[in-house]
Amino acid sequence: MNAFIKHTGLVAPLDRANVDTDQIIPKQFLKRIERTGFGEFLFYDWRSDPAFVLNQPRYKGASILVAGKNFGCGSSREHAPWALGEFGFRAILAPSFADIFTNNCFKNGMLPITLTTEQVEEIMSRAQQHEGYELTVDLERQTVEDSRGLSILFVVSEFQRYCLLEGLDDIGLTLTHEALIREYELSHR
Amino acid sequence: MMPTLFDKLWQSHVVREARGEPTLLYIDLHLIHEVTSPQAFDGLRQEGRKVRRPDLTFGTVDHNVPTTDRSLPIADAVAANQVETLRRNCHDFGVQLYDINSPEQGIVHVIGPELGLTRPGMTIVCGDSHTSTHGAFGALAFGIGTSEVEHVLATQCLPQNKPLTMKVETRGSLPEGVTAKDLALGIIGQIGTDGATGCVIEYAGDAVRALSMEGRMTLCNMSIEAGARAGMIAPDETTFAYLKGRRFSPEGDVNYWKTLRSDDDAKFDRVVEIDASQLEPFVTWGTSPGMVVPVTSYVPDPADAKSAADRQAAERALEYMALKPRTHIQEIAIDRAFIGSCTNARIEDLRAAARVVKGYRINSSVSAMVVPGSQEVKRVAEREGLDRIFHEAGFEWREAGCSMCLGMNADILEPGERCASTSNRNFEGRQGRGGRTHLVSPMMAAAAAIKGHFTDVRAWEFK
Repeated sequence: MNAFIKHTGLVAPLDRANVDTDQIIPKQFLKRIERTGFGEFLFYDWRSDPAFVLNQPRYKGASILVAGKNFGCGSSREHAPWALGEFGFRAILAPSFADIFTNNCFKNGMLPITLTTEQVEEIMSRAQQHEGYELTVDLERQTVEDSRGLSILFVVSEFQRYCLLEGLDDIGLTLTHEALIREYELSHR
Repeated sequence: MMPTLFDKLWQSHVVREARGEPTLLYIDLHLIHEVTSPQAFDGLRQEGRKVRRPDLTFGTVDHNVPTTDRSLPIADAVAANQVETLRRNCHDFGVQLYDINSPEQGIVHVIGPELGLTRPGMTIVCGDSHTSTHGAFGALAFGIGTSEVEHVLATQCLPQNKPLTMKVETRGSLPEGVTAKDLALGIIGQIGTDGATGCVIEYAGDAVRALSMEGRMTLCNMSIEAGARAGMIAPDETTFAYLKGRRFSPEGDVNYWKTLRSDDDAKFDRVVEIDASQLEPFVTWGTSPGMVVPVTSYVPDPADAKSAADRQAAERALEYMALKPRTHIQEIAIDRAFIGSCTNARIEDLRAAARVVKGYRINSSVSAMVVPGSQEVKRVAEREGLDRIFHEAGFEWREAGCSMCLGMNADILEPGERCASTSNRNFEGRQGRGGRTHLVSPMMAAAAAIKGHFTDVRAWEFK
């Protein structure tokens, strides 16, 4: 897995709540058997609208997405973070995330950051007001900062932070507990 | 502290606990399907890993299989390749597959319980968010992503952070014509689509106890639409009777199963109460399952929304759904009706819908289809003559699969079409780009197909 330590990038404001995984990557694109090839179909239906945020030239190359609450709700498809990652996003900021989507992000070097509604609104409005608005996400220090004085501490589970910083293969980690797994299996026949 | 049902299930599956790390949980049953597994098997191959417990892993094809004539090859080459890939993976790794022409084929969340693979006290995962369905049996069952599918294939374990617990306590009993689906929609309407995020819900109270296993599965199935990690119901005589004689559960450990209940003074992190006797048949009006009102009500006015964000979301939803504020729900005309999905395609659902349909014809402006949840459901329905009732009324009678719930196969809405659907998600484009989905119970969908618009099934004249 790709490690995530610190990232600075252009911020795209997606001012919508309950962005579901069907919107992130519609079902007709889930038939591929690879982990790649999804980025071009990210937000496929919404991107047919020229006014959609990711179609605006000023947000081209954005790598940080800021969105409304309950981001990533719906289906368990890991194709959602695959598509976001391939499109170029490394971090997503929102007031809340769906559980399965959160897990899927951490498995793919993508950092979902939960902030307060007010913090998200502030970043959203800065990204809308200032062309070229960038944020720096620092996972070691657990901060989100811009060059205009904004500095926010965020919370992330200690273990998920560690795995992301190290880019760890957590299957390998579980396999180191082989003896415990075997012991469990023997005592639960 | 006295344990909840969830605490008991969690505790009995701990392989390893360490401070500051997620708990390593043992997984008793892993269900796989064609869409979320290919990349997981690829991962195993790349690392030279095996499936640790092929005997605890079962596969079927459901998401993108056609529901039309199964003697024909799958027309969509990409879908066909995905099905073929699952076939090869199951063969190579020694996993039992209920393939497209197997008599056991069906939606993964329908066949698990049907075969008795799903049993009380188990941990169950599947690369599908509606895995919460299996909690109806007093199991801890939750959806996972493809990396986690790979993790379980390789290790039969999953590192998990312990979720919070939420009790949904029902009072009173559901009135005639108000179903488990309406209870689920009523709960989501009350707590919101993120109301249970981070939580495992336990459903309790008289209205839940009175539900059949099919009804309980519908209720637990929709837990994810409230944001919950899982939903569960303590097993009881209804559960034991359902499982008795099933292939993988001929006898069952009933004495153990009886211990699987929350202690009387168990503490939940949150408690939500709902008066079941006050519920009505529900119809969603928007593009999120929480956008829901009773059939006797009106499409809400965004101007009445509690916050600016809610108002904006409601305005967007109404625009997408092509609905005007304050339209009476029963004035909304439909083009399509879909009776199917892991939420509502079990035999009891089809019986309830057939009871409404019997003796009627569907409205001339509506096209309607019934997609049984499994080949077994289809066989039982045909034995009971339900297929004839649907046929005579003008419904199409299809082969088992997920079908138009998510429209990965050819069963989709055309842009602008409006559908009364027994499925679980009314997201934009879910059933086909530009399609407009209204979530309802099977009886409500059947009644709408006949009338051509939504109608209150409590006033239905059964023939």
